[in-house]
Amino acid sequence: MSVFDRFKPRSSTAVVARERLQIVLSHERLARGQSDLIALLREEILVAVAKHVLIERDKIHISMERGENVSSLEINIEIPHSPDMQMAAGF
Amino acid sequence: MAKVIVVTSGKGGVGKTTTTAALGAALAQTGQKVAVVDFDVGLRNLDLVMGAERRVVFDIVNVIQGVAKLSQALIRDKRLETLWLLPASQTRDKDSLTENGVASVIRELRSKFDWVICDSPAGIERGATLAMRYADAAVVVTNPEVSSVRDSDRIIGLLDSKTEKAERGQRIEKHILITRFDPQRATRGEMLNIDDVINILSTPLLGIVPESEEVLHASNIGCPVTLNNPACAPARAYFDAAARLRGEDIPMNIPSDRKGLLDKLFGRRAA
Repeated sequence: MSVFDRFKPRSSTAVVARERLQIVLSHERLARGQSDLIALLREEILVAVAKHVLIERDKIHISMERGENVSSLEINIEIPHSPDMQMAAGF
Repeated sequence: MAKVIVVTSGKGGVGKTTTTAALGAALAQTGQKVAVVDFDVGLRNLDLVMGAERRVVFDIVNVIQGVAKLSQALIRDKRLETLWLLPASQTRDKDSLTENGVASVIRELRSKFDWVICDSPAGIERGATLAMRYADAAVVVTNPEVSSVRDSDRIIGLLDSKTEKAERGQRIEKHILITRFDPQRATRGEMLNIDDVINILSTPLLGIVPESEEVLHASNIGCPVTLNNPACAPARAYFDAAARLRGEDIPMNIPSDRKGLLDKLFGRRAA
C-alpha cells in the first residue's frame, strides 16, 4: 500500500448503505402486505427448491390472482447460470 | 385535551429514554403538565435518566394490579414542578402489563396531564406494542445507520396496524427524530444523510439531534439534557422538536456546539 493511498478520497459508504436499505426494505414491505398464505408458500417453496438448486431468496416471486371462478397462483423462480451458482445437488 | 406520545424505535440503544426525558422536560418548561411513563418493564431506566431512581416506591404494574393508586406511583420532578414520572417495575416480567390495565392507566393520565410521553422498550414484542397501543402520535427515534433505519421501518408498519387509532381506521401521527447525527461524517459520505433517511422512511422529520458528549454528561448525573444544559446543541434540538410537537412552525436546522475560528483564537466562550 502506498503512502499516497491515504490521501485518495474513500468511496462513499453512505451511498452503499442507502442502496442496500432501499433493496431490503422494498422486499420487507412487500412481504408485510402479503397474505399469510403467500408468505407460507414462499418459505416452503424456497426450502423445497433450495434442496436441489442454489437460489437467492429475493429471486422468488409469488403472486396470487383471485378470479370469480378460478384463482391462479404464479410462481417465478430465477435460477442463475453463472459458474458460482452451479446446481447444488451434484448434477 | 391531553396528547399521548410514544417514543419508539425497534432497535435498542438509539436514544429512546434520553429522548423521552429531554422532550418531557422541554414540554414541562412551558408550564404544561407532563407525565413520562416507562414501559420497559423488567429493564427500567427512565428513573435513572431522570435522577429519580431512589424515590421509586410504586410502579405502573402496581397501579395496573390495583396495589397502588396512580397518584401514589407518580413521582414529581424535584426541579420542574409540572414534570412527573411513572416508573416501570424492575422485577416483574413483561406479561404483567395487560391491555385493559394499560388502557385504564392511560385514560387516567389523560385526564390529569397535558402530555403523556411513553418510553417504549426496544423490540417489536408485547411491551413495545402496548407502549404504542393508545398513542395519538409517535416519535420514531432513528440513528443514521442501516440497522436502525430498517427497524424504524418495521416500527412504522406496526404503528399503522397495531395501534388503537389504526384499528379504528384513523391515522396515527408519526415523526422521525434523528439522533446521534454527525454532520461532518455525513458530509464526507461516511454516514447516511438526513434526506436519505427521510426518503427511505417517507415519514416527516421532527428534528435532528447531533452527537454530543452533553447527552452522556446529562445521563451521568440523572438530569434530562434540556434541563441540565439548555444552551447545548442537543438540548436546543430537543427544544425545537418539542415546539414542533406543540404545532409551532420552526425551520429545521442542526444545532452545533462547534466554535468558529475567531472564537478559538480569542478564547471566547460559547454562550
